[in-house]
Amino acid sequence: MKNFSGNILFLDRSDINTDEIIPAKYLTAISKDALKPHLLEDIRLDGFDPQKDIKGKNAIITRTNFGCGSSREHAPWALEVNDIHLVIAKSFARIFRQNMFNNGMMAVGLPSHVIEDIFSMFKGKNTKLETDLDKNTFLLKTDGQEQEVPFSISEFDHALVAAGGWLEYADAKY
Amino acid sequence: MGKTIAEKIFDSHRVDNPADDILVLKLDAVFCHEITTPFAIDDLVSRGKDRVFDPAKIKAVIDHVSPAKDSNTATQGKIIREWAIHHKIHDFFDIGRNGVCHVIFPEKGFVRPGYTVIMGDSHTCTHGAFGAFAPGVGTTDLEVGILKGVCAFHYPRTIKVNITGKTPDGVFAKDIILSVIMRLGLNGATDKIIEFTGPVVDKMSMEARMTLCNMSVEAGGTCGICYPDMTTVDYLWEFIQDEYENKTAALESFKKIISDPDAIYDDVVEHDITRLAPQVTFGYRPDNVKPVKEMEGTTIDQVYIGSCTNGRIEDLRVAAKVLKGKKINDNVRAIVSPATQKIYHQSLKEGILEIFMDAGFCVTNPTCGACLGMSNGVLAKGEVCASTTNRNFNGRMGKGGMVHLMSPATAAATAIAGYITNSQLYTNERYTK
Repeated sequence: MKNFSGNILFLDRSDINTDEIIPAKYLTAISKDALKPHLLEDIRLDGFDPQKDIKGKNAIITRTNFGCGSSREHAPWALEVNDIHLVIAKSFARIFRQNMFNNGMMAVGLPSHVIEDIFSMFKGKNTKLETDLDKNTFLLKTDGQEQEVPFSISEFDHALVAAGGWLEYADAKY
Repeated sequence: MGKTIAEKIFDSHRVDNPADDILVLKLDAVFCHEITTPFAIDDLVSRGKDRVFDPAKIKAVIDHVSPAKDSNTATQGKIIREWAIHHKIHDFFDIGRNGVCHVIFPEKGFVRPGYTVIMGDSHTCTHGAFGAFAPGVGTTDLEVGILKGVCAFHYPRTIKVNITGKTPDGVFAKDIILSVIMRLGLNGATDKIIEFTGPVVDKMSMEARMTLCNMSVEAGGTCGICYPDMTTVDYLWEFIQDEYENKTAALESFKKIISDPDAIYDDVVEHDITRLAPQVTFGYRPDNVKPVKEMEGTTIDQVYIGSCTNGRIEDLRVAAKVLKGKKINDNVRAIVSPATQKIYHQSLKEGILEIFMDAGFCVTNPTCGACLGMSNGVLAKGEVCASTTNRNFNGRMGKGGMVHLMSPATAAATAIAGYITNSQLYTNERYTK
């Protein structure tokens, strides 16, 4: 199973599309590693510098409709090769969300007010997250502050994460 | 309780029900192109599982960068080409016989009412025009589809968009779908199917229905879907005539999958287009849509007519009607890319390409190229493109470029004027079927 804990990257915007996550000109890459330096290269987000702000991060917290647009699985792969296996948002585009779980990664939706609370408590601070997949909780921590956040993903999504992805799951079953 | 067309397709294709509302469906067709398929092929090879579930149900094309522009894209073409040959995938369309996937596959009769179709491409939703369930997927879903012929989905929830009214002059399927996306919003249909119904859809050609369904994903929709009718039968007849006694028999068979009158919808949207004007996008979101007259005068650098949204023969005809006998503005460069080799040929025979060339257009071969900023018309920083494509995302047609989405008629008029303008400036003739 992949690692779902570590440092959080806050992307304070809605509707971040997969062209922003990884521009189409890099879809000619022959290896996933070639995507690594180009993650979020074209994002429109004030104060965010992809060259500095991605390094050392392991999870993204963002707002609504993350991953809309193109179906390119290069978007989750670009996250994966940067050691980011978890995205938490109010909502996701269908294909992006499925692509994450299909790779044994997680795209977890939380209620709007919970995301708002997380942004107001932790944005701009060095925040760590610990994921407990047995209890279905995230523990967010920054200096002196911590908050436990429950989440739910379906039994099927749990199975995909445990299997390491849809290919592994489907190959064993169908 | 009645069922929607999507629910009926799910019920007839169900293989497994691994969790509450998840169904694993049997696939009737798996479409492949050279951008998202090579990773699936490489992964299958590396796992020692380089097999295909049924070579007759897999269709493949090289379309995104055609011809190859560099050694990477040449390698992507080589991988899918050799794979197609190795697995005896006879419906493989290489350069010179190819076309934009969502245009060439319907043109070959590969999509039928009631089918389940996947492709590693978000605009697979186009094929819903035939009454098929056709969602775009990522590479892993594609890979499992190639290997096992199955894919998992949430049980369908549907939004019905009932399009009514009289189609105004100068308004086309593109204007209608832009107005629907504006109304639903960028994620208004996320995890849902958009069922397009109503007298306006009934009167549309298959080409117009494909334009309508093509942009369903821009509202987050899993796919668009139209009911099969005699227009569908007529379009498919050359491919299905051996399977049915006559067209009426084919229609009767297809009609079984149409939604029941008492089907349950998540939402029903009544969309009257009587007062709709030609539409255009602004900004970087496909739901940022305005009437053309509110953007009138916005200067542009490039015009692009093509893509899986609007590169079909009807689209080229309507643009040619606007362009006939005119020249494009001196400050504008314009590109037309007939979406398939067949359309290229047909538009050549009909004299359409001559009209484009006389007007000052560059005519390119079929390819997705410029739409996603890969080749054949990429923008420079600060440049503005009037485009018949489907996404105006930041950087979509080239880093720092701005894209305004519009119909082929509006794009043609804009090419002549040099700024965004209404096609009715140049023609009052209607183009609807």
